[in-house]
Amino acid sequence: MTTTEPKPGAKPTVATVTIDGREVTAKPGELLIKVAQEHGVYIPRFCWHERMKPVGMCRMCLVEVEGVRGFPPACTTTVTDGMVCHTQTDTVKKIQDGVLEFLLVNHPLDCPVCDRGGECPLQDQTLAFGPGESRFTEEKRHFEKPIPISDVVLLDRERCIQCARCTRFADEIAGDPLITFVDRGDRTEVLNFPDHPFASYFSGNTVQICPVGALTAKPYRFRARPWDLATVETSCTTCAVQCRGALQSSTDRLVRFLGVDSEPVNHGWLCDKGRYGFEYVHSETRVIEPQVREDGALVEKPWPEALDAAASILERTKSMHGPGAIAVLGGARGSNEDAYAWARLAKGVIGTDNVDAQLADGLPAEVVLGLPRAQIADLDHAAAIVLVGPDLKEELPVLHLRVRRAAVELKVPVIDFAFDGGSIPGSIAMRCAPGESGALAERLMSAVNSGAAVADDPIGRAAAAIRERDGAVIVVLGRASLAERPDHTLRAAAAFAALPQVGFLSALRRGNVHGALELGLAPGVLPGRVSLADGRAAFASAWGAVPETTGLDATGILRAAAAGKIHALVLVGCDPLADFPDRALVREAFEIVGSVIAVDAFLSDSVRQADVVLPVTLWGEKQGTVTNLEGRVQRLGRKVSPAGSAMDDWRIAGELALRLGSDFDLEQVDEVTDEIAKVAPAFAGATAELLRRARDGVVLPVAEHRSEIVLRAGGLTILADDGSGASWEPIRAVRDADETGAAAATDRSAEQDGEAHANATDVIAAAGPSSTPNLIVWDRSFGSPELPARDAYALRLVTGRTLYDGGRTVASSPAIAALARDVALLVSATDLARIGVDEGAIVKVTSQRTSLNLVVQVELRLPAGIARLYFTPDHEGAAELIDLSAPVTDIRVETLR
Amino acid sequence: MTVQETRFVTKRLHDRPDDSWTIDGAVGSGAYEQLRAVVSANNPADVQEQVKASGLRGRGGAGFPTGQKWSFLPAGSFPRYLVVNADEGEPSTFKDRMLIERDPHQLVEGIAIAAFALQCNLAFVYLRGEFALGYERLTEAIVSAKARGFLGSNVLGTDFALDIVVHRGAGAYICGEETALLESLEGERGMPRIRPPFPAIEGLYAKPTVVNNVETLSTVPHIMAMSGAEYAKLGVNRSTGTRIFSVSGHVNKPGNYEVELGITFRQLIDELAGGVPGGRKVKFFIPGGASSQWLIGSDEHLDAPLDMDYVQQTFGVMLGSGAVMVFDETTDPILVAWRLAKFFAHESCGKCTPCREGTGWIEKVLYRMAHGLGSPSDLKMLLDVGDNISPGLNAPFSQTTICPLGPSAVSAIVSLDKFFRAEIEARLGAGAPA
Repeated sequence: MTTTEPKPGAKPTVATVTIDGREVTAKPGELLIKVAQEHGVYIPRFCWHERMKPVGMCRMCLVEVEGVRGFPPACTTTVTDGMVCHTQTDTVKKIQDGVLEFLLVNHPLDCPVCDRGGECPLQDQTLAFGPGESRFTEEKRHFEKPIPISDVVLLDRERCIQCARCTRFADEIAGDPLITFVDRGDRTEVLNFPDHPFASYFSGNTVQICPVGALTAKPYRFRARPWDLATVETSCTTCAVQCRGALQSSTDRLVRFLGVDSEPVNHGWLCDKGRYGFEYVHSETRVIEPQVREDGALVEKPWPEALDAAASILERTKSMHGPGAIAVLGGARGSNEDAYAWARLAKGVIGTDNVDAQLADGLPAEVVLGLPRAQIADLDHAAAIVLVGPDLKEELPVLHLRVRRAAVELKVPVIDFAFDGGSIPGSIAMRCAPGESGALAERLMSAVNSGAAVADDPIGRAAAAIRERDGAVIVVLGRASLAERPDHTLRAAAAFAALPQVGFLSALRRGNVHGALELGLAPGVLPGRVSLADGRAAFASAWGAVPETTGLDATGILRAAAAGKIHALVLVGCDPLADFPDRALVREAFEIVGSVIAVDAFLSDSVRQADVVLPVTLWGEKQGTVTNLEGRVQRLGRKVSPAGSAMDDWRIAGELALRLGSDFDLEQVDEVTDEIAKVAPAFAGATAELLRRARDGVVLPVAEHRSEIVLRAGGLTILADDGSGASWEPIRAVRDADETGAAAATDRSAEQDGEAHANATDVIAAAGPSSTPNLIVWDRSFGSPELPARDAYALRLVTGRTLYDGGRTVASSPAIAALARDVALLVSATDLARIGVDEGAIVKVTSQRTSLNLVVQVELRLPAGIARLYFTPDHEGAAELIDLSAPVTDIRVETLR
Repeated sequence: MTVQETRFVTKRLHDRPDDSWTIDGAVGSGAYEQLRAVVSANNPADVQEQVKASGLRGRGGAGFPTGQKWSFLPAGSFPRYLVVNADEGEPSTFKDRMLIERDPHQLVEGIAIAAFALQCNLAFVYLRGEFALGYERLTEAIVSAKARGFLGSNVLGTDFALDIVVHRGAGAYICGEETALLESLEGERGMPRIRPPFPAIEGLYAKPTVVNNVETLSTVPHIMAMSGAEYAKLGVNRSTGTRIFSVSGHVNKPGNYEVELGITFRQLIDELAGGVPGGRKVKFFIPGGASSQWLIGSDEHLDAPLDMDYVQQTFGVMLGSGAVMVFDETTDPILVAWRLAKFFAHESCGKCTPCREGTGWIEKVLYRMAHGLGSPSDLKMLLDVGDNISPGLNAPFSQTTICPLGPSAVSAIVSLDKFFRAEIEARLGAGAPA
């Protein structure tokens, strides 16, 4: 979106290139293969991938360029003004024939049993550019047929054509160089290192970009033939990045999820949890019929009875104890529509503001909603990126890839607060100790603001990086540890908010937590990024009523429940016994609370406490929209029928509202989307129609980001760049002539489609500023509590999430279930020696709250004095040790007698 | 009159067979005197001029003018590196090994003069891993040269600083290709880079880099001693000076011979290398290392001068690395072609498709042919397979590959077709359908 003014005497900004006799214009320096493709000339290729550096090794794209000796590869040749290039001469054709014949020399041609058959670039390009038959009559090379190179990915070395896409992805994009070429000549094979599997969180991308069937992944192997697949575009809701993807089914079962190349979001990449986690949708353990507790046990009941039972719990509680005796926890798993309907039910119908989509593991809604926002793509040209929060590789993996790319490829300085130095190569490692991010941020800011020369220490280097470069500083803000209070993070946010140009990306991880917060599933806020106070009048007229007072957050709700003040608890896709950082408090709350209603798809430990269980549809079974961490709203696609009689969350809210005497009058999910567009200020104009047409979705508030909307002419179609529908090249949501985005976008789509333009003008005009309430702006300064002195024997605890954490998605997806990390207390080698045990020993870990026995292991990059214990939803651990009211959690580790 | 060797770079090692590699032996016979003259004159441009005027062409195989190569370094861009290609791996080439083992100080002096001319302060020697004795003597030479002030932070008391790092290869022929060498030197898998960018612009660690062969640099002190113009008077046409030829195969006295360019192959084979044993005749010979196309024992070929451009233009062959492999009448050319193909298939790095798959394919077919299982159509097919690696089948190579290794593997096939088609057809059954 930034355009640079041409300097006087600079090189021409437009190059006229002649490709096969046709003159086209391009930017000088662009790759010939790409320029040709954009102008309808497909030069065959195997090794070139648009999102990776060109290597020119497969030799499939050799062309002739006048004045250049030999046959340069189109993928490494940059266009210059006046270049004349031929891609279809007899010589080029013979070379293409020859290269394909060479590629097939050692290729096993086991296409009938190959998963790639039917969508195979080697097949397709042999058909289009290759010889009809091979002259090779010798013995082909042989390898053991597929060998596992990780728990998920298998490698068939006979099929491999050595394009190095996988090894380059692992090294260049993922930063996990765990696979490499071994041996040479026609014995060259890709392999992992002995005893080191290709255990990358991003390994599935190599399967997607493999141009043959050499790499396959367990969930899809032998499941379907590509021509039988039905595809819909959707957003992943495994984490809050919400990568775009193409979801594919066969015989009403989800079989594959592929990354779609969205410039603003994911560049086509997915993490393995997102790619393979869909299996939980078809888990045998799902709840697919409503259940009601009878004589102490949950028994299946028809929907009307179950809904009546739930409604009567709400009705009774409200009439006996008032609306504030009802609380709603959860809502970050569903769609925007689900969140909106539940917010309307809770706040507009029941009248309670005791609503929270977060489980004491996030940041206050007014902070997330009110800080100046950045977009993911802003990372690419930031002055500096400041990481204050969780390890993105563990919690928001594809955002990690984007930050990594900014750091490694685009040379954006990254200032990483991670106490262990973090995961970004070349970052300025601040090594912020637990609980000290606020103070450290303030020290950094005073170094930035002081005119003095900076010191050669991390603060000095970070301050210099911020001072030296133009543009906005992007702060990725989240909770570095659940074992410390969020106040420290807020203090850091307040410090950075004082920068003249700054934008924040919220690093909250739950799938649609941002959608839930934007739509009011938090205390003190109403849908569309407005506070309860500011929005009261508008929503009273839209909904009929809003709560009188600001309610409690999750911790407050559970404490109130434990104190007998909350009588009915509604769990909307929420398992506090697994996920809340203070498990004892949750147990206490469940013991005391009168009734529990669960809206969920699994009988988790929390759901088992319920009096009524209402089964819901999951991702892939439902339509609607979601909102990612940059406030981008995109559509969900539905590909399979709901399991059993599972119902969408928003519809359940509507049914309950009806039984409580309030008719939402919403029949279709699009009507919910449209109501949001009507009543929620930040969403003003984001109608179902606009979202269907907006190629990259819309960014909230829509009114401020109208110029970024790129409309597509058709519906939701998936096209590969070559039009063949194959998955190996970056899949674009819709081929769009305009790649510059920005304001020109709407005009460009108008050229393509006059009717679309007319509609676009209408919908975007409707997205104009409304007279409704002011959006939340958070600009408070913030202090944080004094840290207790750490005694010499104590270790300060850090608890983050890990990608494969034994939670519901992982545990119910066979492909990745085995990857769940074992529970272990991780300490530095120094501390292990001090404790005086061997690695793997069981030790007694004691916090202010309780004692636990845990296995202890060394993590080399940990500094002494700090222990790491990843959060484990399915095991005793951090949730037993953490004291939510303490500024930090200190533990003592002792040997067992 | 019989032809004699003209010894410059091999002079010391012949004159002082017992101590030519020691610092005392070398300094005692004039080593480092040219370096001293060069650094005290302190005129890098003049050194470059002398080398340019000498007409010296790279002795590694490609024969590119050294002075011109040096001039490609972008002005004012530092640091820049000098890398010495000591990965002598071309089959039947063994001249650099001798120079490293028996006159390492001459090489060190050559490196130092070149580094001074190029104004670079760090040079790397990429040494073939198998050269155990060479490694020992070269590192010892560097240590002792440093101790005497010929290297280090003040070379001979001047401001010029130079260090030399010796890096041992791990046994890959491809690492003799200059960009693969640089990859390997950086710690990566040895595979050639796509050019552009050329090493002179972005070479080692993406810095301007000159890569020169051992013999090339060993010649530089002699050019400085006699001046470029004088050196250019030696030799013939654009093939100036002397070159070491490694003669091997069916000759009575295989070995390295330093001769003035312009003598004939017959003089080299019959007079210096003692001719073919048993009075047999030369059936064919490979004039410039395994990558070159072949010549045969005809008067036209044997009486051709050792002139890089002449043999190129007249016969489409190259003097390459200066390795002459002689085969007498008893030799089966298919077997030779197969053995060469086996070498290239083994050494193909696997990076680009035509070479990776083509060299293996050629090897398999030639094996069949050499063992009586071929048909006459095989040769025709091999030629077309070769054409897909090296379109046009000419020398200098045109190539679909990244580096010349693939086309090198085609030379033998072209030679078989050119000289032995009748013999092959007779053996494989001429009447069989083509």
